[in-house]
Amino acid sequence: MAKGILIIAEQRGGVLRKISLELVSEGRRLADQSGQPLAAVIVGHQISEEAKKLVPYGAETVFMADAPELADYTPEAYTAVLSDLIKSQDPDIVLAGSSQQSKELAARLAARLETGLAMDCVAWRLEDGLLVAKRPIYAGKVYAEVVCETARPQMATGRPNVFPILEPDPGRTAEMVPLTVSLKPEDLRTRLVEALADQTGRVDLTEATCIVSGGRGMKGSENFTILEELAEVIGASVGASRSAVDAGWRPHSDQVGQTGKVVNPNLYIACGISGAIQHLAGMGSSKVIVAVNKDPDAPIFQKADYGIVGDLFEVVPILKEELKKIMS
Amino acid sequence: MNLLALIKQVPDTETQIKIDAGGKGIQTADIKWVMNPYDEFGVEEALRIKEKTSGKVTVIGLGPQRVVESLRTALAMGADEAIHIDDPAAEGGDALATARVLAGAIKELPFDLIFCGQRAVDDDNAQVGAALAELLQVPLLSVITKVEISEDQTKVKVNRPVEGATWVLETSLPALITAQKGLNEPRYASLPGIMKAKKKPLTAKKLADLGLAPDQAGEAGSKIRTRVLTSPPDRIPGKLVEGESVQEKGTVLVKLLREEAKII
Repeated sequence: MAKGILIIAEQRGGVLRKISLELVSEGRRLADQSGQPLAAVIVGHQISEEAKKLVPYGAETVFMADAPELADYTPEAYTAVLSDLIKSQDPDIVLAGSSQQSKELAARLAARLETGLAMDCVAWRLEDGLLVAKRPIYAGKVYAEVVCETARPQMATGRPNVFPILEPDPGRTAEMVPLTVSLKPEDLRTRLVEALADQTGRVDLTEATCIVSGGRGMKGSENFTILEELAEVIGASVGASRSAVDAGWRPHSDQVGQTGKVVNPNLYIACGISGAIQHLAGMGSSKVIVAVNKDPDAPIFQKADYGIVGDLFEVVPILKEELKKIMS
Repeated sequence: MNLLALIKQVPDTETQIKIDAGGKGIQTADIKWVMNPYDEFGVEEALRIKEKTSGKVTVIGLGPQRVVESLRTALAMGADEAIHIDDPAAEGGDALATARVLAGAIKELPFDLIFCGQRAVDDDNAQVGAALAELLQVPLLSVITKVEISEDQTKVKVNRPVEGATWVLETSLPALITAQKGLNEPRYASLPGIMKAKKKPLTAKKLADLGLAPDQAGEAGSKIRTRVLTSPPDRIPGKLVEGESVQEKGTVLVKLLREEAKII
């Protein structure tokens, strides 16, 4: 019978990503509730030091698949390694982060294992051993509770910034288990030619804890400078509404909403964004929403915790100065 | 090259979504159905590759009769042929069950590249492309913003934005690509295009035509089941920050963020 919880940890460039700690922490909580063992797996090359970082957060076993051809992630090679492990270990639950890499990997893996995957969850609970997973659909206009009753493992991915990281306990120990890696030529058809680092140096919107976002009210690409400056003060990332992106003021990767990124920051500051349904869906789960808009009837004010009716070109620089005072 | 583009119909993104009486689905009465925006990028990219390399674009859609409208749109944009999987038993499946049906339709077709959207903006599942690549045993390139076919047409190089970086990946053909916004600007169907589309072949298929039994598809063939849909928690109506001047409003807001919301 399937038993235990397995967390798929994620490294990039040989460095463990923060989302892995969020998922191991959450795995620890589920393991404590259900009395099941908690294991984690990390795939890459020369990753044994990074693998150890999973231990203080509660992994009791850490599997390590280490091979030169696994240095860069590709879905085929990683799926092959993980499906071998899962078939031999037979875990009851497999969790991964909802990152670009792990979403793709989990989807291909679930298909190979012929099991169900609940993607992009914001909460889950155990009911008689069944993982009841809650996931936003229609970009958050509705939430679905889904289960995988018959197939095992039950798989799910968890959104970044949702599951709090446990206080690390340096006293914890784990069994570190190297895996034998055997890959077929067809697992290695795809290769990473190069990784181009983003020039902004800011956290991706999907993982950002703080976002300053601009819409049609920004009136032009050049005016986003004032948002960049505000973002700088509070360590925020800069987003945009669909109108701002469609106008060519900002790149597609900055778009927040149903046809862009769904975000979940602690603080979302919407500047000159009226609040179209598809935008509100994409940022509605932000913990605190601030709206700055000239139009007192803008729908964004219905969602905002704090609103300022006013000209953003006056308000934003003042906010920047005021925030600078308290941040210093 | 032989190019396939998969399309799904979804509610227009401006739709207010309401849960139906059964609690597991949504009210569909007043919905305007459109081609999933991400699938549109896939159709457009397939057309652009065809225009450069010659070949054929086949669009495949699964769903009720209304899906024909989106298939005709793709034909009017320039696709050559359409396949409509029109069988109630094929609908409402999870990613794997849906991919199984699509794979059934595809196994008869020669293909070099398959395009689909990186996710559908209704169930936000982002899994069907991956599951289909797995069933067809081809490389998977997800959430792609740039596609370059090698001169000898045996390889493809793509850009894949991830958190904080863009990966440039290369793989051999055949392969499956899921399209992300930024890949291209989809064309509008022209009037002559719309006229021509009416004469292009559109074939309807049932599960049996694909060699599948009803319990392999749709809800019956699914591992994931929806228990219930709920509305997101209502946000408690916030407050408008008052003040004599913009300066005062700004000062008050920052104070609220620090002392009341405790967020800064």
